[in-house]
Amino acid sequence: MATQATSPVKSPAFPFRLRFERRVEVPPPWLGPAVSVGAIVIALLLGAVVLRLVGGDPWAAYRHIARAAFGDIGVFSDTLVKATPLILTGLACSVAFRMKLWNIGAEGQFFAGALAASAVVLAPYVPAGAPGWIAIPAAAVAALIPPTAPGWIIIPAMLVAGMLGGALWGFIPGWLKAKLRVNEIITTLMMNYIVIALVNFFVFGVWSEGGFQMSRTFQKAAWLPRLADFATQVKAFRGLTTHLGLVFGVIAAVIVWYILYRSRWGYEIRLIGDNPRAADYAGINITRNTVLVLMTSGALAGLAGMSEIAGVVHRLQTSISPGYGFSGIIIAWLAKLNPLVVVPVSILFGGLILAGREIQPSGVPRLIQGIILFMLIASEVLMHYRVRLVRAGAEE
Amino acid sequence: MDPLIILQAGVASGTVLLFATLGEIFAERSGVLNLGVEGMMLIGAMSAFSVTVATGNGWLGLLMAMLAAGALSLLHGLVSIHFQADQVVSGLALTFLGTGLSLVFGEGLSKAGTITLLPVYTVPLLSAIPLAGPVLFTNQSVMVYIGYLFLPLVWIYINRTRPGLHLRAVGENPAAADAMGLNVYRLRYAYVFVGGLLAGLAGGTISLAISPGWFSELTTSGQGWIAIGLVIFAQWDPWRAAFGSYAFGALRRLILDIQGPESLLGLRNPFYYNPYWGFFLEMLPYAFTIIVLVIGSREALRKRLGAPAALGVPYIRGERGL
Repeated sequence: MATQATSPVKSPAFPFRLRFERRVEVPPPWLGPAVSVGAIVIALLLGAVVLRLVGGDPWAAYRHIARAAFGDIGVFSDTLVKATPLILTGLACSVAFRMKLWNIGAEGQFFAGALAASAVVLAPYVPAGAPGWIAIPAAAVAALIPPTAPGWIIIPAMLVAGMLGGALWGFIPGWLKAKLRVNEIITTLMMNYIVIALVNFFVFGVWSEGGFQMSRTFQKAAWLPRLADFATQVKAFRGLTTHLGLVFGVIAAVIVWYILYRSRWGYEIRLIGDNPRAADYAGINITRNTVLVLMTSGALAGLAGMSEIAGVVHRLQTSISPGYGFSGIIIAWLAKLNPLVVVPVSILFGGLILAGREIQPSGVPRLIQGIILFMLIASEVLMHYRVRLVRAGAEE
Repeated sequence: MDPLIILQAGVASGTVLLFATLGEIFAERSGVLNLGVEGMMLIGAMSAFSVTVATGNGWLGLLMAMLAAGALSLLHGLVSIHFQADQVVSGLALTFLGTGLSLVFGEGLSKAGTITLLPVYTVPLLSAIPLAGPVLFTNQSVMVYIGYLFLPLVWIYINRTRPGLHLRAVGENPAAADAMGLNVYRLRYAYVFVGGLLAGLAGGTISLAISPGWFSELTTSGQGWIAIGLVIFAQWDPWRAAFGSYAFGALRRLILDIQGPESLLGLRNPFYYNPYWGFFLEMLPYAFTIIVLVIGSREALRKRLGAPAALGVPYIRGERGL
């Protein structure tokens, strides 16, 4: 493993040792990207070693990933479909991490958004005999948005519902953190398990289609438009699955960038993240910002769930995410929390997830993501330190 | 719905949480937050089961589980102690890595065959004690008894021995510990490794004794995270950690058993007549973890207790002390 090569272990047999010297000067601007790229390359090599160990052919697997993700316009369109929820969950994590709020519940907020958005469509189909806390709100929603409602009503309604669902799922840990100083890492993670059980309840117990673990398919008006829908006007769009959610993602990236780097609120968020004590002295309301930022983060992840359910799955079911919320953490870190960089990084990860579906063993994409994150944070030492090879026994 | 059976099974499955929680207490007391418990437990469960299937020797499986998880924890040690990376992100990376590795190496393992479970004992005499006998000392896995023996030893080690004092010093005030002549880096590595060994033991206890087999991520189903929550609830104290672990174990069993009978306390059992309500029961361990955290945090605020002062802060020799 490469970690051995960098480990400053004193060994009499080896005449040199590594010494870390803190950088006094600001590192050159090319170093950051170079280190990240280097970390990814090393991560992919390590992934190849593991693939080899379990008897796979790593080069064939990587070639397959490249071809199956970026080989032609058709598969690239599928890659963009996978990238869409990743952009939004990556943004969700970036916003929260910028304030050093460790929201690792984007996965749950994704599910909360998907559930809330589905509820808008499925409200008229609650079976008779459902308990009042389900039947009464469902009747109200069904009266407002009947199954015959046109797309320009139903899709915005789903969008708002999805963002509210995710925001609610972020609000609970945010409020607990702000008011009671409850560690948000554990609460956001626990909320993931809770919402998945809740989705299961609705999928199996309320909206099950003929006893199967999925709801009925949404009516066409609740589908986000795809490029392929315009194939009669533009021939080149035939068969392309990229949907409107990608536009949501890109717009969200620009808005989040604007908020973080050009607005007063973003300045507060960044100041709290860098130096909470200074922010407090400056009169910034940390309590309120904690709740607001976790709600914003949740809303973005909820939008990802809505976009996936309305753009791809078109029904409510349990298996709607191969870990989009968790990949969002890695994407945010890889993009150095810059919302605009989140977009290209998500496209790369979208390719990895798309092509990874066919690779055996099935844990490989997860493994590679884990190695990438590890290499990234390990490599950050190079940003703060110079690493020198010195003779063993030389003066410290 | 026999309360004795629920408590007995609760102690058994709580043993898993106990090992994981004690391991995390060691790491955090030394000042290193390791969020990779879930990943290390999965690696442990997978290694234990796969070695036991291959060799037929459960003890060898357990040993490999501890070593595999321990090796993984050293990665976290290297990145967070030497490279001074953010411990939260490093721990998350460890969970991703451990989950990925265990899925890749555990591919097909769920159908790999059957194993002989670790032995089950009933302790003579002790099992005759009313109430405690049937719950604690009857038909329990050997791992449960190891837990009983281990718990007081951990408390004595941390609170009443010199190495335990050093452990606390390194976590509370590393600069002072360094001035005392302790090697802060080496001690932190050692306790992160101990945490890894115990997380591996917890994983192996699942797959060889408590709920045998390999069910990919469902093998642990978030127990590593619950363990981290319990450490905060326990305020880094082994006895409170044990109480929390066994209580959570009993809760897991209660959730299974409550769906069985047609009536509960003379009332119609809604979970029997409407099985989908069981999904709300499934939420309980996670909801309780949040509640337990709230309790722990409030108490910490009131008593001005709290985490080891240097928890999560990398120590940089010769720079700003803490």
